[in-house]
Amino acid sequence: MHSDVLRDPAVLVLIAILVTAFSGVPGLLIRGGATGQRLATLGAVIAAFLGLHSAISLLLAKTTTTFVIAWNLPFDACEIGLDPLSLFFLIPIFIVFLCGSLYANGYWPASSHRSSEPALTFFYGLLAAGMGLVVVARNGVLFLMAWEIMALAGYFLMVIEHDKEEVRRAGTVYLVAAHIGAAALFVFFSLLRLHCSSFLFPGQGGLHIVAAPATALFIAALIGFGSKAGLMPLHIWLPSAHANAPSHVSAMLSGVMLKMGIYGLLRFFSFIADRPLWWGVVLAVAGLVSAFLGICLAASQRDIKRLLAYSSIENIGIIATGIGVAMIGQATGNPRLALLGMVGALLHILNHSLFKPLLFFCAGSIIHGTGTRELDRMGGLGKRMRWSALLTLGGAIAISGLPPFNGFVSELFLYLGFFGEARANLPYVVLGAPVLALVGGVALITFVKLYGATFLGNPRSQQAAHCHEAPLSMLAPMGTLLGLCLLGGIFPQLLLPLASPLLATLTPVVSGTASQPLPLGWITMAGVAILGLAALLAFSLRHRVSALPKATATTWGCGYLRPSGRMEYTGTAFSEILTSLMSGIVRTRVAKAAISGYAPPPAAFCYAPEETILERLLLPLFDIVGIGFAFCRRLQHGQAHIYVLYIFATLLLLMLWIH
Amino acid sequence: MNALADQLLVLSLLVNFIVLGTSRLAFSVRAVALQGVVLGVLPALIHPFSWHLVAIIIGMLLAKGLVIPWMIMNAIRQAEIRREIEPFIGFIPSLVLGALFTALAFVFASKLPLAPEHEGLLFVPASMATIMCGFLILMARRKAISQVIGYLVMENGIFIFGLILADAMPLMVEAGALLDLLVGVFVMGIVMNHISREFSSLDTSRLTALRED
Repeated sequence: MHSDVLRDPAVLVLIAILVTAFSGVPGLLIRGGATGQRLATLGAVIAAFLGLHSAISLLLAKTTTTFVIAWNLPFDACEIGLDPLSLFFLIPIFIVFLCGSLYANGYWPASSHRSSEPALTFFYGLLAAGMGLVVVARNGVLFLMAWEIMALAGYFLMVIEHDKEEVRRAGTVYLVAAHIGAAALFVFFSLLRLHCSSFLFPGQGGLHIVAAPATALFIAALIGFGSKAGLMPLHIWLPSAHANAPSHVSAMLSGVMLKMGIYGLLRFFSFIADRPLWWGVVLAVAGLVSAFLGICLAASQRDIKRLLAYSSIENIGIIATGIGVAMIGQATGNPRLALLGMVGALLHILNHSLFKPLLFFCAGSIIHGTGTRELDRMGGLGKRMRWSALLTLGGAIAISGLPPFNGFVSELFLYLGFFGEARANLPYVVLGAPVLALVGGVALITFVKLYGATFLGNPRSQQAAHCHEAPLSMLAPMGTLLGLCLLGGIFPQLLLPLASPLLATLTPVVSGTASQPLPLGWITMAGVAILGLAALLAFSLRHRVSALPKATATTWGCGYLRPSGRMEYTGTAFSEILTSLMSGIVRTRVAKAAISGYAPPPAAFCYAPEETILERLLLPLFDIVGIGFAFCRRLQHGQAHIYVLYIFATLLLLMLWIH
Repeated sequence: MNALADQLLVLSLLVNFIVLGTSRLAFSVRAVALQGVVLGVLPALIHPFSWHLVAIIIGMLLAKGLVIPWMIMNAIRQAEIRREIEPFIGFIPSLVLGALFTALAFVFASKLPLAPEHEGLLFVPASMATIMCGFLILMARRKAISQVIGYLVMENGIFIFGLILADAMPLMVEAGALLDLLVGVFVMGIVMNHISREFSSLDTSRLTALRED
């Protein structure tokens, strides 16, 4: 009988989540040496293979499994469910957890990080398990518990280098933002409890509510889940948090944790059968705004991880746009628009959870090799870090949405939706296409800057000149992710069956029988053709170059006789034109000395992009709120007697209230 | 039996007023010790005989009537404090407030939805009144030793309430109450020790340095 239970893939998925949660525990008990980390990696491998295999087989079978766990809490039954929506989101969790755990062996080895490694490994597993629990929870209270585990594990991972002031500050901003979001979720689940008279989630389309309460639910969900996903303007915690965490943690936060916000939104939409049109419009507009602002801010960054973090905001924006477009299609009865939007969004969720961790791993290996996060201090790394350069190039192409990688596929679906499905009743849909194109263009600038400033040219600093290649334990997971990106880009047919079981829940207007005239074959052919063309070009160039006489000069010498690294264009210089064009959006702090006279003294120049919303809007707002609440401070005076009086007064009031 | 129990409860209510109305610390400690002894005897009156009950009662009498008062007396002797001077709320107002709270406790207890076998007994109002007097002492007095006394009075109130809870006198309730008491006294003892060592005074109103600014 036990073997039967263990053969049930749904049980295996839950076991995988448990193994994930406890993978770091042996490391806490075994002191010294790398045994704990090895065991955790082993646990991650077992959990990922169990979980991925079972989740994918369940997803392809389109089954839904429900468990009820006995608990003694007064919040209705503790229900855990595995439906296609949950299973779909489990896939990136396990993939990124596996790759991150492998990567940690090279990036954060126990031998050189003796004190912080056990905690890091433990919370890494806990974060992944928390996210797994979030997606399988079917009870509002259980969901909030899992949400809190996830948020706190993320916090402890982020502040692992808490001896640095900057890291502590980023952690505090994250913690405050996470709990403001969680407060909105408390409101959300309380409202849901009011309408369902149970903490259990209503089934698909099981929530029938009228306009006003539905609007309240929608706004609470948008704030709560949107702040986790990092939609503008709720993104304030995201850049500094991702920049200051260790790279494999950033990969997990950006690749998977942001998607939990998206999951929450999708789960909420699945409750309601008749979703108003304006929800879709709001989401699509918010998505486009996030995408555009996010990528513009990314382009002006000079910290490699901050750049990637802002690009996460862009990608989340694209995903939200897709979901919004799908909801517009659903509300207006346009099945093809709904299909294209939702498939685009779902594939982009998967794709982003492949290429963004890849890029964060690349950033990690660059930081590992050079010891700096400043793009302007790198340069010329491609000569010494060939494999990292190649992998970064692949990731950059994928994230810019170019074929033959997977980013292209999901964005193509959105373009098809915008162009092909703007009907007479909704002509404005077509306006999404130029915005998306603009986003794509700026993304390309951003990642050309990232790759060019890092790997091309000559070293701009001593650290860059003495960089070293990452070990195999870091390169192997990066290679795996790039392989998956390429596979998804050339054979989207393989990824589509993972997304299609969700369509029945999320966009019922797409009936199962509707043919799916998606140009998948063309994508494959285009991808293969581009790869072939690239190979052909490379071959012929090499052939021609080998025939020519050789001359050696520095890259981007610009005609100078003896150019030095300091004379090169920096990444900041590369994006300066864009930044100046976008000066209304991207504010930068520039400090420079005025140069006067014929022989000016040495002058310094400093350039820093600003966190506009945080520094100009929220912090002043918090100050005002702080002044407003100054009277509350007076209650906190330190007189123990008066505290007792508070208790006593409360008690008396309660006693009077009973009558 | 119940008539005797009621008389003992009235006695313990009167002890509350003694503690509220006196400025001499040694006298209030003795009063609280007396209250402890009275309450320690009470279970014997309302519960059938068992050895376990005897053990509990002996433990209670020792703790409430002897050990804790002796410890506080020691503290008083070491700190060389005899009287509570300049309390936050004076002794006469304390007495008036105590009377008011006792009256309120009776009014409140009569409106509580009690089980039929507990209605008409003095247990509930006496417990409420004692808890509120304990609160009052905690609020009104300045010296740490007075606060320990207030804490003891409050614990006594809780103990009275515990008496009606259990027919079978569950060990857990009793042991829990005793343990609570001991822990409380220990914490207060440590606090007192530290206050007197750091500030050479037992005035708790000086303890405001820990607040956030």
